[in-house]
Amino acid sequence: MWGHLGTPGTRARPAAGMSSDLDVFVGNTTLIDEEVYRLWLDGHSVAEAVARRLRGGVLEREGTSVAVLQSDTRDHYRTFQMLERLLHAPPRLLQQLLFQIPPERQALLVQRYYAFDEALARELLGKKLSKGTKKELDEFDNFKRVFKAVEELRGPLAENIQQLFLLPPSLARDYAAIVFFANSRFETGKRRLQFLSFADFAACAQSMMGHWSQGALAPEAAEPDGDLPKSFLQDLKELKVLVTDKDLLDQHKSLVCSALRGKISVYNELEANFKALSRALVNVGGKLTHARDVRDFFVDLVEKVIEPCRSDKWSPGDLRLFLTQYTAAPRNLPGFRHQALWERYMAAITACLLRMYHD
Amino acid sequence: MPGKLKVKIVAGRHLPVMDRASDLTDAFVEVKFGNTTFKTDVYPKSLNPQWNSEWFKFEVDDEELQDEPLQITVLDHDTYSANDAIGKVYIDIDPLLYSEAATVISGWFPIYDTIHGIRGEINVVVKVDLFNDLNRFRQSSCGVKFFCTTSIPKCYRAVIIHGFVEELVVNEDPEYQWIDRIRTPRASNEARQRLISLMSGELQRKIGLKVLEMRGNAVVGYLQCFDLEGESGLVVRAIGTACTLDKLSNTSAFLPACNSPSKEMKESPLVHPPSHGCRSTHNSPIHTATGSRLTQNFSVSVPTLIYTGMGSGSAGKEGGPFKTLLRQQTQSALEQREFPFFTLTTFPPGFLVHVGGVVSARSVKLLDRIHNPDEPETRDAWWAEIRQEIKSHAKALGCHAVVGYSESTSICEEVCILSASGTAAVLNPRFLQDGTMEGCLEQRIEEASPPGCGFCHIPYDELNMPFPAHLTYCYNCRKQKVPDVLFTTIDLPVEAIVVGKGCLIQARLCRLKKKAQAEANATSISNLLPFMEYEVHTQLMNKLKLRGMNALFGLRIQITVGENMLMGLASATGVYLAALPTPGGIQIAGKTPNDGTYEQHISHMQKKINDTIAKNKELYEINPPELPEEIIGSPIPEPRQRSRLLRSQSESSDEVTELDLSHGKKDAFVLEIDDTDAMEDVHSLLTDVPPPSGFYSCNTEIMPGINNWTPEIQMFTAVRVSRLSNINPTNQTLNKNFNDLCENLLKSLYFKLRSMVPCCLCHVNFTVALPEDELVQIAVTAVAITYDKNQALQASKAPTEKSQQRASTDNEEQLQFPLELCSDPLSSQPFSPAKEVLEGASSHTGIPAAQRDRCNSWIELIKLKAQTIRRGSIKTTTSLEKASPLAEGYLRHRSVPSCTNSTVSVVKMTPLSFLPGAKITKYLGIINMFFIRETTSLREEGGVSGFLHAFIAEVFAMVRAHVAALGGNAVVSYIMKQCVFMENPNKNQAQCLINVSGDAVIFVRESELEMLPVQPSTAAPQPTSSAGDVTT
Repeated sequence: MWGHLGTPGTRARPAAGMSSDLDVFVGNTTLIDEEVYRLWLDGHSVAEAVARRLRGGVLEREGTSVAVLQSDTRDHYRTFQMLERLLHAPPRLLQQLLFQIPPERQALLVQRYYAFDEALARELLGKKLSKGTKKELDEFDNFKRVFKAVEELRGPLAENIQQLFLLPPSLARDYAAIVFFANSRFETGKRRLQFLSFADFAACAQSMMGHWSQGALAPEAAEPDGDLPKSFLQDLKELKVLVTDKDLLDQHKSLVCSALRGKISVYNELEANFKALSRALVNVGGKLTHARDVRDFFVDLVEKVIEPCRSDKWSPGDLRLFLTQYTAAPRNLPGFRHQALWERYMAAITACLLRMYHD
Repeated sequence: MPGKLKVKIVAGRHLPVMDRASDLTDAFVEVKFGNTTFKTDVYPKSLNPQWNSEWFKFEVDDEELQDEPLQITVLDHDTYSANDAIGKVYIDIDPLLYSEAATVISGWFPIYDTIHGIRGEINVVVKVDLFNDLNRFRQSSCGVKFFCTTSIPKCYRAVIIHGFVEELVVNEDPEYQWIDRIRTPRASNEARQRLISLMSGELQRKIGLKVLEMRGNAVVGYLQCFDLEGESGLVVRAIGTACTLDKLSNTSAFLPACNSPSKEMKESPLVHPPSHGCRSTHNSPIHTATGSRLTQNFSVSVPTLIYTGMGSGSAGKEGGPFKTLLRQQTQSALEQREFPFFTLTTFPPGFLVHVGGVVSARSVKLLDRIHNPDEPETRDAWWAEIRQEIKSHAKALGCHAVVGYSESTSICEEVCILSASGTAAVLNPRFLQDGTMEGCLEQRIEEASPPGCGFCHIPYDELNMPFPAHLTYCYNCRKQKVPDVLFTTIDLPVEAIVVGKGCLIQARLCRLKKKAQAEANATSISNLLPFMEYEVHTQLMNKLKLRGMNALFGLRIQITVGENMLMGLASATGVYLAALPTPGGIQIAGKTPNDGTYEQHISHMQKKINDTIAKNKELYEINPPELPEEIIGSPIPEPRQRSRLLRSQSESSDEVTELDLSHGKKDAFVLEIDDTDAMEDVHSLLTDVPPPSGFYSCNTEIMPGINNWTPEIQMFTAVRVSRLSNINPTNQTLNKNFNDLCENLLKSLYFKLRSMVPCCLCHVNFTVALPEDELVQIAVTAVAITYDKNQALQASKAPTEKSQQRASTDNEEQLQFPLELCSDPLSSQPFSPAKEVLEGASSHTGIPAAQRDRCNSWIELIKLKAQTIRRGSIKTTTSLEKASPLAEGYLRHRSVPSCTNSTVSVVKMTPLSFLPGAKITKYLGIINMFFIRETTSLREEGGVSGFLHAFIAEVFAMVRAHVAALGGNAVVSYIMKQCVFMENPNKNQAQCLINVSGDAVIFVRESELEMLPVQPSTAAPQPTSSAGDVTT
């Protein structure tokens, strides 16, 4: 018999009165305590979690004991540990039979599990996710997991993430941004970029994917959305004509200036800086084919567009009016045959700039 | 070839990776039934294989169909070495064998491995074609329905309740057959699981045969247990109540279902129309006084009754010819049965006439190897002996029958304690067989005692009482005698009138025992048992009085044997029955009157006790109506004395010496107050903390005084293993540790379930095991149900004259009962089933080889106890203290049916026989599952807690999957019958065996039912959630 195989040994045990060796509570419907879940997600040990719950005043509220709180916390931690495997592939959480969890609770579990700290995400933006640099951070693991899962997939990134991880749309979009930045390796850590938040970059990523990716044109695109389509980037070189051809540049300037005269408060500054601005705006795109230059995309936008405008005290409205006219004007330039490409390019640039144009 | 079993393997999902190189699995499935095996094709390189197999057909005997489980094994194909098993699914096909249950089993089943737990899922479809007419079956009992539910199932009516059926089968335990060789854990565990599954099937078939012999068609209150007797073998035994049930043809004819079982009761056609009525067979005022606390004690341990001449015959002597006739008829109806026992705990209205008190018997046996598994006579004889004892105890209480009957064992090494208990009762013979005595008697019996209190009236002879008890006239009808306290093992009868709410009461006790071998061990255990019974009883009585209540329902006393100690745990639900007198307080009297500080201490304690009683009365809303004393008009002089005594009790406690009313022998409850032990006893009385506000708890099906349940339920199992302090343990320190363990566990439950407040823990079921030295294991299964507090408040604010309440329904509602349904309540088949059983069972002869020892009588015990009297005593007195009228009225409101957007494949589980706010529309069959889980990497699996947590979750998951595959959405009367946990941390190993059972059902929410059009009589409403696709 099983018990015969080993006589119960003498275990070293705390001699104190009564020690609970085994203590479990299993409900037919799995109990999920939101507070304990948060503590677990934040990486607290059971002891730390108990201490924090104590500070929360649960003892006084419920008139219970520390032992009860410990036992309860351990139960929840065990449950979460067993659930974690399923949380790594949320659709399995919906299909599994082991834990009976109401759908809204399942959604909460997933959402909280994949929620992340924007400050941390901001720091990690554009860094390689394949390397295990920050092992201790669960959030980093989540980024890596999502990155790995959608890396090879076709179609809109955010939708893929939403389907594979059952995340709410906004969270899925944030993850898409993280994957997008990790793929393209944009530089975000420079000092002059520090004023930009994670949300700013996420919005930019969304605009860039929305306007530039293959999926934006053809749903059955050949390349994953996380990478910008090479042909598109190659085509962007054609736009350089707008700044290299002196005639085109002059005509472009006069079209924009005449359209904006009297409509923006910084007309003089615009007139003076048009050529520099235009060169910056066109060259940012032209450089995107070279991986090394891609990194500088946001640095260039800030250094060459945002900072000059800011020092000239452009208002966001001024910038918007300018970009609208600047994008529309080439339509009337004789000999410019890339208007569609130009507008596709500028749509994302405009969205990025407007989002980034703040203090 | 009377049956064809058809199985189709559809698909698998989430299989484990079996080939590390490819991270994939080449899975195929073996389908085995009896000795026939089929295989599917290998589905290569997938964790989600789609086999979509043909129908595998097994042509088999129906006997085989009943005994054998369908065994499905998922394997990983390996070209070069042996195929690796991924896991198995056992499917009990019994539910497919009777027409009213499930017709197909189809769904996703967890693939289970005894070493790795659940490893993915498999989709299976199972069907059975029965070819032959059932009559031709000799060895099989296909068609007999089984229910775990201990009442008449909701969509049936009982035509006849035949009575007790029992059977046991024995075998070698495969676990021990490896002993000299190397044990392969998986092979051994699977052999055990398979064997127990086979034995369960065989047992069920044999019980079914007995039922057919009795001409019944169903077993209700079916309880099957395993005794792991170690090297001496494996015993599977079962008891139940044979019935003839009629399916209520038109379920939709009923009112929408109700929140409490009581309302379902009224749907039962069992209430005979008044013209048939003999509601009470015993309306004689002589059949008075029922079980006081002593009833219980008395019957428990007395092998030779002092009042053997008592019982049915003598009781009739003053009843006049009519009553004698009635009694004789009842008697004859029951005496044809070898054992007039009923495993039911809730009865059709009118079935239960009087309740005598708790009867129980225990015996200590030494286990011996079962030499011939085909002849389990020894075990049969052991149980027959115990049952005989129970029967004679019941007789001594003037009762012919035992209801709420159950049996259990506790095994440690080669010692086994067999226990049986039940409630002695007088039943209405109408339900027991065809009504022989109809007509001539019924008219006169109509004057019978009112239903709200009749069951409290004593069934025994007042002038020839089997034990000293204090009788008064019933506080409800004032016509018949009632005892001052009533203990029972049954649920609170629906018609009972209660005051206030009930509460869970537990008595807990440890007794050290010397380690000993064989006979010496058995002897020392037997010597300890009576003391334990006595003390458990005393504790219960004191705790009951401390709560100001006068009756216990659902009493279950568990005595567990370990190597060096015995543990006793009694659980029951205390209530205040309006028919019984107000309980007296508890008094402590010191015996060193000159010691000032001592006196002070005593009076301080007394004050604490009095305060606790007052607090409890408030907490449980026990405010019985005032009764003018003249009306009571008791011929018994004591009450007045008692009332006088009580008024003065707080000032002085010296004068009570003359009035120890708690027991016939006044020295019986004496405690040595100056000695720390006794002090501890008194203190421990006060340590039971009431549940936090918003919580109530009970161990019965329904909570007396609460009936506005919401559909929100949470069934749970909690298990704790604790080490009791091992430095010079004494009984007192052990008691304290055990008490703390139980109290902390309850506290923990209340905290866990705090989000469900206001809520009641119902059917709280504690089981205690002593797995090894100083280790105590407690397992609790219960259901938390939220009730609607607003309605409760509303009702309590509303002024109402009604100060008393029915357990859960009232008279008017009972009368709305559709009488046309019981137009023919009597069976016309003339037969005497009991005789056949008697003949069948009479073969149990032979004297048990093992040593047998029984408890001493309580009287001897009290004598012993009395020798130790020194000073001080706890006294129990009866109070007629004026109480303010009950403020809270009877609550009729139903809870607002909560909107249920129930999601797919949710399966509810509950230990209760009903689901609040829902109507059970179909019983799909019994669920009876046995699992073993073992690990050799205990630490890696999160230690003992991680291991067991996962296993219990797996067991729940497998139960739910089976219910869903049957097309059900709930399992009712769920019970975890066994949870045997063993660990060996040095080897990083642990093993656990769990056995669970229940009834798979389809329920429909009350709110949905109301919206449904009237259903055609044949079609049962569909489940709210369709679980698993039914492919045909």
